[in-house]
Amino acid sequence: MAYNLKENLMQGDRLSGGHRFCAGCGSPIAIRTVLRALNPEDQAVICSATGCAEVSTFIYPYTAWKDSFIHNAFENAGATMSGVETAYRALKKRGKIDETYKFIAFGGDGGTYDIGFQSLSGAMERGHDMVYVCYDNEAYMNTGIQRSSSTPMFADTTTTPQGKVVPGKQQNKKDLTKIMVAHGIPYVAQSTFISNFKDLSEKAHKAIYTPGAAFLNVMAPCPRGWRYPSEKMMEVTKAAVETCVWPLYEVIEGKYTINYRPKEKKPVEEYLKMQGRFAHMFKPGNEWMIETVQKHIDAKWEDLQNLAEIK
Amino acid sequence: MAIRERLSGNEAIAFAMKQINPDVMGAFPITPSTEIPQYFAAYVDNGQVDTEFIAVESEHSAMSTCIGAQAAGARAVSATSSCGLCYMTEMLYIAASDRLPITLAVSCRALSGPININNDHSDAMGVRDAGWIMLFAETNQEAYDNFLQAMRIGEAVNLPVMICQDGFITSHAIENIDLVEDDKVKSFVGEWHPEHYLLKKGESMSMGAYATPVYYMETKRSQAQAMIDAKDVIKKVGAEFGEMTGRTYGLIEKYMMDDAEEAIIIIGSSAGTAKEAINELRAQGKKVGMIKVRSFHPFPTEEIVDALKNVKAFATMDKDDSFNGHCGPMHAEVSAALMAAREFGPLGINYIYGLGGRDVKVESIEKVFAELEKIAATGELGETYRYLEVRE
Repeated sequence: MAYNLKENLMQGDRLSGGHRFCAGCGSPIAIRTVLRALNPEDQAVICSATGCAEVSTFIYPYTAWKDSFIHNAFENAGATMSGVETAYRALKKRGKIDETYKFIAFGGDGGTYDIGFQSLSGAMERGHDMVYVCYDNEAYMNTGIQRSSSTPMFADTTTTPQGKVVPGKQQNKKDLTKIMVAHGIPYVAQSTFISNFKDLSEKAHKAIYTPGAAFLNVMAPCPRGWRYPSEKMMEVTKAAVETCVWPLYEVIEGKYTINYRPKEKKPVEEYLKMQGRFAHMFKPGNEWMIETVQKHIDAKWEDLQNLAEIK
Repeated sequence: MAIRERLSGNEAIAFAMKQINPDVMGAFPITPSTEIPQYFAAYVDNGQVDTEFIAVESEHSAMSTCIGAQAAGARAVSATSSCGLCYMTEMLYIAASDRLPITLAVSCRALSGPININNDHSDAMGVRDAGWIMLFAETNQEAYDNFLQAMRIGEAVNLPVMICQDGFITSHAIENIDLVEDDKVKSFVGEWHPEHYLLKKGESMSMGAYATPVYYMETKRSQAQAMIDAKDVIKKVGAEFGEMTGRTYGLIEKYMMDDAEEAIIIIGSSAGTAKEAINELRAQGKKVGMIKVRSFHPFPTEEIVDALKNVKAFATMDKDDSFNGHCGPMHAEVSAALMAAREFGPLGINYIYGLGGRDVKVESIEKVFAELEKIAATGELGETYRYLEVRE
């Protein structure tokens, strides 16, 4: 059946309203879209690393999660979900459970790219039947916008402030999606919110229903950290895709497919200028910074296209 | 009929795990507990158990998988030592606060640095405030017996249980052991029926909440109550185990304490050495005895105070140091217990001993008793914070 946003939304949310995320936050949008990709009859256990998603959804005695949910710590959503998924197999084998459960872990870029990286790598390498979803907002937002290995070059964060001598973060964003591909897992994809959420919705469904370990990297902007008006989020993610800063692609059994190729690739300024974290790059004399970013993005896009063409 | 065998302490633990056949094991190797997951992996791969074994990439993940599995409604076990226990420390606290009765075997080893693979208790004592029930074994037999009792105890009060034995001294030494028949183990350990769990049919649950100051302290108070309640459970399960095997367990074991005037309080395998020393000193007519602590947490306050009440001088033996400038962790507990009971009769000193595998001989324990004899005779305590068998 062809994808239809209205029908998709009619399924109902498995993350209820009344949570405490900021207005305009990308994280709950990513979570809800992924959870709507579950077949309605299937049960799920959700795990979240410590971070915005956890502290906004499960403040005792309230929970926003309609499915069973476990939060353990910051750095171990991968291992925690490994344990839950393994218990499911053990109990099912012993005839103690008859229903079908799916297992989805969520972590921000802090809990995924950085402190939870080892735990994630272990879970993926062991091939647990689970999906790990990174809602990537490119800094440690829960503790107040500190840099992560996912933060792009020159971004102004509270631990890489654009100062008189050092103009923001000095390293490029770590390419976690490709690192996950290198684990040899059956499904890896990169997505974000564009037009009618078809891309993320379909990738989430594939990730959930591909047997074995799957990884989804979802750009999920943070209006506070990125400094754009919250109502502009969909424009920011669209610009990320149209400039190839965040290409939409998936890797099935090691085979790369680019899901969207912009008809006319836009210059990175169009994405950067929307966000306060890059404002210093537009000051006179800082043109080299934009050029540096453009070169990097061009090279990454070229690299991705080459990978997608390998038969 | 019990089965007579000869097993190392690690093998005895692995054998107990095999007889229990838990749902999930998550473990990472570290000397000297490595053999436990090795033996167990062989049981799994040879079809002798149908446990799901997760060979994780770290001890932190070992305890994280156990938390996930136990929260999902499965019985989860693990094994570790030393820095491995340190590395899972954060998760130990969470397991206890989530009230998950996970069972963890610890073959105790010194902590780095300097790096050292031999026995002392600094690993287990370092996590003593994590909220776990902590039982210690003197022998391979006790390690095995304690492991068989662990789930009954932990599941009754919803607390995780650590079964500690001395690395190499018992974990690797092969001793005679009486094993309980499989069917008896199965009926003694029984099944776990948690009230709520992640995979419960028709019910979803959320675990691991953020608790504001309005709720956090009540969480901790309920953990404290569970630990208080665990005292009776440990005694009850130990008595029931005794009915099955003839080996009855309580919170402490008293050795020659009825008329003892000098006593030591000790944990783990060195209790065996101390018994030999006491036998020799008793043969010389000296009134000496020993209190062996089996349950470190919950701490057997009443039992120790009662056992010490007619003692003139005692030494608490700590196989690690708190580095607080005055005493090791067990001496602090013993002193607090005496103070709370308004029992000011016995004169107590503290020995730090056996660090990093430093040999503890019969003569070492005899030296301690010689000091206690002087203290009892003169009433002079002298230095209370002492190191045994060390080059100063």
